[in-house]
Amino acid sequence: MMRKIPKHIEGYGEVREFSGVFSDMNVKKLTQVHVKPKCPGERKIFLSIKEFFDKFPPFDGMTLSFHHHLRNGDSVINLVFSVLERYDVKDICLVSSSFFPVHEPMVKWIESQKVVKIYTNYMSGPVAKCVSSGKLKYPVIMQTHGGRARAIESGEVKIDVAFIAAPSCDEYGNMNGVYGKSACGVLGYAHVDADYANHVVAITDNLVPYPNTSIEIFQHKIDSVIVVESIGNPKGIVSGTTQITKDPLGLKIAKMAAKVIEYSGYLKEGFSFQTGAGGTSLAVAKEVKKLMISKNITGSFASGGITGYMVEMLKEGLFKTLFDVQCFDLDAIQSVKENPRHQAMSASLYGNPHCKGAIVNNLDVVILGATEVDINFNVNVTTASNGMIMGGSGGHSDTAAGAKLTIIVTNLVKARLPIVKEMVTTITTPGESVDVVVTERGIAVNPKHVDLIEILKSEGLSLYTIEELKEMAYSITGVPSEISFENKIIGVVEYRDGSVIDVIYPMKG
Amino acid sequence: MKIIKSSSSGSLESNDLLVFVSPNSGVKIEIDSIVKLQFEKSIYETILKVLEEFEVKDVCIKIEDKGALDFAIFARVKTALLRAGEEK
Repeated sequence: MMRKIPKHIEGYGEVREFSGVFSDMNVKKLTQVHVKPKCPGERKIFLSIKEFFDKFPPFDGMTLSFHHHLRNGDSVINLVFSVLERYDVKDICLVSSSFFPVHEPMVKWIESQKVVKIYTNYMSGPVAKCVSSGKLKYPVIMQTHGGRARAIESGEVKIDVAFIAAPSCDEYGNMNGVYGKSACGVLGYAHVDADYANHVVAITDNLVPYPNTSIEIFQHKIDSVIVVESIGNPKGIVSGTTQITKDPLGLKIAKMAAKVIEYSGYLKEGFSFQTGAGGTSLAVAKEVKKLMISKNITGSFASGGITGYMVEMLKEGLFKTLFDVQCFDLDAIQSVKENPRHQAMSASLYGNPHCKGAIVNNLDVVILGATEVDINFNVNVTTASNGMIMGGSGGHSDTAAGAKLTIIVTNLVKARLPIVKEMVTTITTPGESVDVVVTERGIAVNPKHVDLIEILKSEGLSLYTIEELKEMAYSITGVPSEISFENKIIGVVEYRDGSVIDVIYPMKG
Repeated sequence: MKIIKSSSSGSLESNDLLVFVSPNSGVKIEIDSIVKLQFEKSIYETILKVLEEFEVKDVCIKIEDKGALDFAIFARVKTALLRAGEEK
């Protein structure tokens, strides 16, 4: 890869450079965990965050972890830090699976350099903007969902206190995410922290009598339970219904992607499938559904973040089961509550490259988006073209690596920016794991798939080389001027195996 | 063409632009664009091309661009000029 990645990065350490999707598959060891045993009668409950910190004082250099199953409705990070303000504590490391606009109050912690290090899988909003402008002391470490689980299990990331938002919890820590006013569905990202953090806190606004029922994370993993007024705003936690796009370009792309799936040979009995919650991704699901019905195919499973649309396909018998790491809408929450075929999965089970086989390994087809794609099929979903962080891998790299057929669906041009271009601003997912790029003006297949190219050509799909797609985009937009970046590294993009696939520089000026 | 009054054209929809034209002595161009970093020069050149075609020497043009392609920029600027110009 033609990236200049230093051997050592200040605030990150020694760099192991990315050298291939499955280049690091030797025997791995899991880290050791501190367990403070509990005697009968010993209580876990605290009636405020302050009460908790008075018993377990915060300390300089501590690592705190959080999870994003409450998404843009999450109050837990802000709540915990509003209490931490009363303590003189610095050099905090945050391990939070995502940051959303709601986490704006964290900006002042970064600017005052009390929070000095952040690990995350996705960030948007004011925190992303603040980090992009170089205000975080050390580079932000962008991981994948599976990579985060791997890093915690291996001990690369050591968590002192994990705060798990629990929409339903009893006084001994048995919790689920499907009941209560802050119900969010599955708690997939929190499992690894419950297993490996030195101190695991369930934080709840819905304390139920012991024992809770329909338990997703059990009491033997939980040290403390904190009761608060509210852990989140339901409006930001789930969307009402996720909608299929009405944009004619999106629909055209979806139709073309469905044809690729149809002719690829993977659409047969036992078909497994993942698609995102975006409008175009759902439109692909709709086309795939039509094909499955007309060909009388029953799929084995669909996976990932689950929407009402996938629930509908499960109910109609088009898939035998769903593997769900997080619920995107109310229909998904209802379904995981009632339907035993709708199964919760942890982030490690979902995408950890160093476990004994993640669900992504069993995927036939995944549909993914892109902010940029380059002529080597590398995909960027981490930064905008100006270098500003506006996303992150999430499960992008994990599913792309695991699935037999990885299809990127994107407009060729978005608001004058060519999406297919010479070189992506930031590599999130390596081209080695990307098989097909579908745009409204044509399809490009990774040249390593000689057979697939022949098949799709013979079926009459409009195939181009990726270079031709790039030229097409540039002929519409004009050739973009090169943007210059500062030299200071503000972000490290880790591939799912913990190697460094790229670094992020801030824009000049 | 002589610019005798203020005018505007276009919209702030994605892929479009809003153009404001007003009388001025000399040519003054202000560009605000979501793709300024990548395409400022090209947008500037397109505006100059329209001015040349209509022989406009004195004008103030301000644009607020939401990622419009060249032909759209050309058409919006032309429209704004015709709305602000002296009728022959």
